[in-house]
Amino acid sequence: MLPDPNTASPAVAAIGLAKHYGAARAVDDISFTVGRGRVTALLGGNGAGKTTTMCMLLGLLLPTAGSIRVLGEDMTRHRYRVLPRLNFSAPYVDLPHRLTVEENLRIYAGLYGIRHPGERMQALAADLDLIDLLRRAVGSLSAGQKTRVALAKALINQPELLLLDEPTASLDPETGDFVRGYLADYRTRRNATILLASHNMGEVERLCDEVLMMKAGRIVDRGAPKALLARYGRDTLEEVFLAIARGSAVEVSEALA
Amino acid sequence: MIAVLVSCGRIWTLALRHIYLLRGSWPRVLELVYWPAVQIVLWGFISVFLRGQSSFVAHAFGVLLAGVMLWDLMFRGQLGVSISFFEEMWSRNLGNLFVSPLRPWEMIAALLTMSVVRTLIAMVPASILAILFFHFSIYSLGWPLLAFFVNLLVFGWAIGLAVSGLVMRVGLGAEGFAWAAIFAIAPVSAVYYPVSILPDWLQAIAWILPPAYVFEGMRAAILEHRFRSDLLLCAMALNVVYFGAGSLAFLLFFRSARITGKLLQIGE
Repeated sequence: MLPDPNTASPAVAAIGLAKHYGAARAVDDISFTVGRGRVTALLGGNGAGKTTTMCMLLGLLLPTAGSIRVLGEDMTRHRYRVLPRLNFSAPYVDLPHRLTVEENLRIYAGLYGIRHPGERMQALAADLDLIDLLRRAVGSLSAGQKTRVALAKALINQPELLLLDEPTASLDPETGDFVRGYLADYRTRRNATILLASHNMGEVERLCDEVLMMKAGRIVDRGAPKALLARYGRDTLEEVFLAIARGSAVEVSEALA
Repeated sequence: MIAVLVSCGRIWTLALRHIYLLRGSWPRVLELVYWPAVQIVLWGFISVFLRGQSSFVAHAFGVLLAGVMLWDLMFRGQLGVSISFFEEMWSRNLGNLFVSPLRPWEMIAALLTMSVVRTLIAMVPASILAILFFHFSIYSLGWPLLAFFVNLLVFGWAIGLAVSGLVMRVGLGAEGFAWAAIFAIAPVSAVYYPVSILPDWLQAIAWILPPAYVFEGMRAAILEHRFRSDLLLCAMALNVVYFGAGSLAFLLFFRSARITGKLLQIGE
């Protein structure tokens, strides 16, 4: 049964989240919530702390300080209660290249305890145009095909929460558009929550309800894409991003004020 | 009960991932079989030569061959854990696995399962070669062979888990330890000679390691045709400690990798 977005706790609630490596503060005391059924983007330049934040939400990285609740559960104490209900995809992880697409999906269907893996794989393969690729080794696929396979893996358990780090990086415009369309449709069909980190401003404007702007490990601004455009008096989210990334601190603080 | 079955399902699934890999990669299977086979042929001919030169070997022809085979069994058991784990690192799959419901201890269980599979793939052909070429059957040891097999495999697992954890923590630049680590204890494992020929201080080290008990037991079985249950019990007791330490090391390195962010930074 799908959660009622009006009554359920936030899909993600991070409070005072920090990750320090010695003196370096990769993430520095950030707090945010992501409502159920919402699509939220983490935006920021390289080293802003987006990936570190995502890894902490997934439990791949232990925070230095702060608390994380995902789908109502404390991730520190009850991570394994939550993991079957979420999934992720990122360019810094891969699927075994020598295994076929079908073998990879079968493995992850098994790990997530999918009851009818064959049916689920066929449905995903049909949705993501992978039918002809099922018998091919993942290593032999193009970047676009690999991205669709990674997405199939990320959707194998029909997650309530999907974390995507640069889901359309290095994709041609057509494949990127296909992926964005599929994600929008998945969110609508499943009332799923999506948290994505992206450098593609068009993607963020098209998909996201809310944007968290990060810089140097902190959230420097947040809001709906249209609200951010209005606040900064810009025409595109890219211009807002550049204003923040290039350190127009006065502009940022004025906007925040 | 359901939770146990679900865990078993995940363990089998991860083992299946490696069986798929072996099934689709004949060079990997060939590499598994190759080294033990070369070792057996080499030591077989050395044994044939020494049989004419040494009354010791003439008396018990198989003692060197059995030592080679059992040592390689332990080495393959250790590599079976380490290489299966490295395969996940080489394919940058650890992030996917550790975000799935797979528990670290389930990963350990899957690695051990694959270690058994890989060891059998490596050692059964070598043992058949020994029968065909040199008319020596390791299986003539009977049930004690199973006890030796289990004890050496468990000790290999302990080292394999510790090495895998270390590489997870410090990166693939340390993977050479997987091939080298076990040889550090070869001189005190009494594979080819009894513990008694070692200096006293080395004997003390040898007797805190399970392999010394196993290889002394092997010699008793071949030379004296008797089963030394006392040695076996000592090996088992020590293995409980070493396997516990190896598993704990893996889990601590895993936790440390989650603190330092090394879980996804899997390069050198």
